[in-house]
Amino acid sequence: MARSDVQLMLDVKAGDEQSFALLLQRYRTPLVNFLYRMVRGREQAEDLAQEVFLRVYRARKDYVPSAKFTTWLFRIATNLALNSMRDNRYQRMEISIDAPVTTDAEDGDERTLDVAEQHPNIEQHLIEEARRKMIRHAIDKLPEKQRAAVLLHKYQELDYNEIAKILDCSESALKSLLFRAYETLRVELAPLVAQQPR
Amino acid sequence: MSCNRMENRILPYVDGRLKENERREVETHLESCAACRLRANEFRAVTGLLDELPVIEPSAAFDTRLHARVAAEPVKRSLWGWFAPSPRVAFAASLLVAATFWLGSFSPTPPAIAQDDIPVLENYDVLSNFEPLTELPQPVQADDADQQNQQM
Repeated sequence: MARSDVQLMLDVKAGDEQSFALLLQRYRTPLVNFLYRMVRGREQAEDLAQEVFLRVYRARKDYVPSAKFTTWLFRIATNLALNSMRDNRYQRMEISIDAPVTTDAEDGDERTLDVAEQHPNIEQHLIEEARRKMIRHAIDKLPEKQRAAVLLHKYQELDYNEIAKILDCSESALKSLLFRAYETLRVELAPLVAQQPR
Repeated sequence: MSCNRMENRILPYVDGRLKENERREVETHLESCAACRLRANEFRAVTGLLDELPVIEPSAAFDTRLHARVAAEPVKRSLWGWFAPSPRVAFAASLLVAATFWLGSFSPTPPAIAQDDIPVLENYDVLSNFEPLTELPQPVQADDADQQNQQM
């Protein structure tokens, strides 16, 4: 029977390095995807994910299982992502307005992952790519906290209570935050929403 | 239920995360409110669209890089560990103690009693323990002698 996250973390605390490798195996993909969708750069997402795991490792001796492991993990990740986005925003402000802006430079990361054989029809592939681009841009346009809430809710499937703890707000405030985010997405994605089967 | 109260319930309803009684309340409202019904359907459509984003895999070097960073982490010492000397410090302290004892073995011995002084010391010893001498009156100090002379 697989050990729980908390048990693995307690084993890491006791000095079992193998348990840390198991936690890494369990959470590296969800974490990298969450961070990638937050910061929109693959390399930056991986750097941040490394930092998250490193902080977990550094805190192993002081670990107390007072909350779910995922709450703790994604709280670290969310804080790092929000700080990184703020730092990037200040850096961007310093760049000359004459510099060419590449808003979609990281789209290539995903394109390379799309296996050509899955899309024998090039036209269909282009349509799907355009849809994905539109969805990504709609998420990118959300305010940072709303974006984090949507990603944690939709892709990590965490409980409302857990997401509220990660974002340091009440459960009721989180539901309002998510409502506003989905309202924005509904408007931004209206052309695609209209095509969706009901 | 009013449309305002639907704000916090519509997404949990779409997710299927409402309790049974809450779900029935929402459904009753949706039957009579076209705007909220439309919103619920469109929220469901949005969650479907979000599913279209592909999942990326971390690069092959991710684990290797992380394990290297973890291995490079300094080892944390406990409070007792902090008091325990490192092998180098312990070795240096032992050397210092050994050197102190070794140098101590070269320190000068107390000066020997000169051969000429031995008879004098023997005489002093004999005189200080000679009984007839202890019965004699105590010697008079110079100041006391002056006082006695004045009284006479």
